[in-house]
Amino acid sequence: MRNALIKKKEVMQGSIAVAEAVKSARPGVIAAYPITPQTYIIEHLATLIANGELKSRYVRADSEFSAASIVYGSVAAGERSYTASSSQGLLLMTEVIFNMAGTRLPVVITGVNRSISPPINIQNDHQDTMVLRDSGIIQLYVENIQEAVDTHIQIFKIAEDKEVLLPAMVCMDGFVISHTYEPVTIWKDEAVQEFLPPFSPVYKTDPQNPLTYGSLTDDDKVTEFKYMTNEALVKSKKKIIAVAREFQEIFGNHYGDLLQEYRTEDAEIILVAMGTVISTIKVAVDALRKNGKKVGVIKVRSYRPFPDEELRTALSKCRLAVVVDKSYSCSSGGILGSEIKACLYNQRGPSIINYIAGIGGREIFPETIKDMVVKSEKLAESGKIPDGSVFFDLNKQLLNNQLL
Amino acid sequence: MEGKDRKNNFAPGHNACPGCGAAIGVRQIMRAAGENIIVVSPTGCLETFSSPYGGSAWEVPWVHPLFENAPAVATGIKAALKHQGNEETRVLVIGGDGATYDIGMGSLSGMLEREDEILYICYDNEGYMNTGIQRSSATPYGAKTSTTPIGVCSFGESCRKKDLLEIARAHHIKYAASGTIAYPQDLMKKVKKGLATKGPAFIHLLTPCSLGWGIEPEATIEFSKLAVETALFPLVEYENGELVNIFIPKKIKPVDEYLKKQKRYTHLFSKENAGVLAEIQEMADANSRKYGFRQ
Ligand SMILES: Cc1ncc(C[n+]2csc(CCOP(=O)(O)OP(=O)(O)O)c2C)c(N)n1
Repeated sequence: MRNALIKKKEVMQGSIAVAEAVKSARPGVIAAYPITPQTYIIEHLATLIANGELKSRYVRADSEFSAASIVYGSVAAGERSYTASSSQGLLLMTEVIFNMAGTRLPVVITGVNRSISPPINIQNDHQDTMVLRDSGIIQLYVENIQEAVDTHIQIFKIAEDKEVLLPAMVCMDGFVISHTYEPVTIWKDEAVQEFLPPFSPVYKTDPQNPLTYGSLTDDDKVTEFKYMTNEALVKSKKKIIAVAREFQEIFGNHYGDLLQEYRTEDAEIILVAMGTVISTIKVAVDALRKNGKKVGVIKVRSYRPFPDEELRTALSKCRLAVVVDKSYSCSSGGILGSEIKACLYNQRGPSIINYIAGIGGREIFPETIKDMVVKSEKLAESGKIPDGSVFFDLNKQLLNNQLL
Repeated sequence: MEGKDRKNNFAPGHNACPGCGAAIGVRQIMRAAGENIIVVSPTGCLETFSSPYGGSAWEVPWVHPLFENAPAVATGIKAALKHQGNEETRVLVIGGDGATYDIGMGSLSGMLEREDEILYICYDNEGYMNTGIQRSSATPYGAKTSTTPIGVCSFGESCRKKDLLEIARAHHIKYAASGTIAYPQDLMKKVKKGLATKGPAFIHLLTPCSLGWGIEPEATIEFSKLAVETALFPLVEYENGELVNIFIPKKIKPVDEYLKKQKRYTHLFSKENAGVLAEIQEMADANSRKYGFRQ
């Protein structure tokens, strides 16, 4: 059955494949502003529209702030809408993203992960999308190009669900996914259409049924509004799981519900991370297993909603968890690591060591991971688990250099 | 909507101050705008007084997104309507001078550059009134505000007000006009024209603010009129880049008549500020020369 759904299967660049996936979701409005490494996605969408292959309205915005605002407006007026950005562009969208979530407008955004300036650097880490974590947006992190393609198709369905109605973001590592080539399956438009019916908004700006959006609200109601947005995000877990399974049933691919576990059944040490580094960790895990170490990995697929219960269960049996973070909150530590510690506090869980690594595109090799595991084990054995997070691959020589 | 009186698309009972020029202006605008319309307003006095939760004054769809993005949100709404094949529903932005001259200028420029049929009306009360009468770049030369206080080193606002209409016109838009609340027929006619324009249109609307200007609540119309009669705020209309209409006051009054009774200008009538006053008179004279008013 699955073969009948395939439009093409070829070696494609990540950005082009993602643009094809967005195309198959048929957004009515696309607005964008260029920033590396997001550019190839929005250029390809512009080409598809220029060629008549996609009938969307494409607005070339004057900034990311406007791009986000334009899709805010177009979803409010009842159209499925899409934008993409990276790094500084995502920061510039931040105020609007909070506004989308609070107004319950299901805009879909691709966050092509890139480091934040300064120092200016176009390579990958997760700081840009992690900064958006408190807004109410859904965030799904992906490991490879095919997962990026399939997650884009899924995420419209999740965001637009009547019980959810929240903005949603596919977070994909810049360059590692956006600029590399892999064999990818692109699904037939009709197959995607059947899976993803047209957007039917509960509310829209309709002169026949006038509504006020963005009311001034007093303290007697603000908490309740915020609570409802928070609840919608918590409840979206169910929808994310259901959509992932429905997708699997039809298309065959599944990337985990909220988490994906790899060789964790009997693992004593479990690494936790997000995005493409998961593939590297899997390679390291296989090698470590060959040497008799009982290691596994958990991919956090859904970072928002945060899979707290799921993580508690998945980590309950190991003795040591090593969280690899590609972002941090200054002076407080790795963001994923801190949240995992918080969700395991007061539980009978593993010791947790949190490393910050892969910042500004610094490569994380399988050797890096093995090194982390070996060092972590030693720390655990000697009872010296660090309290805070540790920048793993610091170049001490450079730090001591007066010129830096 | 059948059987329902929808004449008050901007309903009474909102929370504006007595005599609020913006509220009077919006009432005139909404009278002319019809029912098949979606309105977007940035953060500011209008948003605050018209939209208390459960007590909205808006009887048409109305969206308040943020302070600096109303033109972009309007663009998105228009794009969606076009995608739906809906050419009838109009899109209107009504935003304050802070939202327009300052924080939303980039967004406005983007909107004016693109060719969407959106009418943008800036209601200009010459300051950030909602946050307590701070200066905006629409605050006139010499005016006192809470961030341009008077002191031994300050005579109030020291920069000249931007020429907003010219900025809008520089985008080659097909319709640009100025209006003010003392001339409701003129304003309503301009709103209708703006909404019928095939492309972006712009109206600069002067709306006196009793609190911010230091005038009596019942005097906002009077000062709206004086601004025109002193040539400080000419009423003009441009179509396809050409000046097609100018309201020519019978007799141009000296600016003192406008300034003297506003508390924000009281300090200008001291000896040391005589030069500032003369400069303001020269700004009015320049307008008279530009539009051919008899002085
Ligand atoms: C990004 C941002 N900065 C500042 C504010 C605070 N703020 C709200 S309304 C306002 C002033 C509005 O001035 P204007 O547009 O002239 O409208 P008015 O209140 O005078 O009618 C300011 C500064 C805000 N809401 N958002």
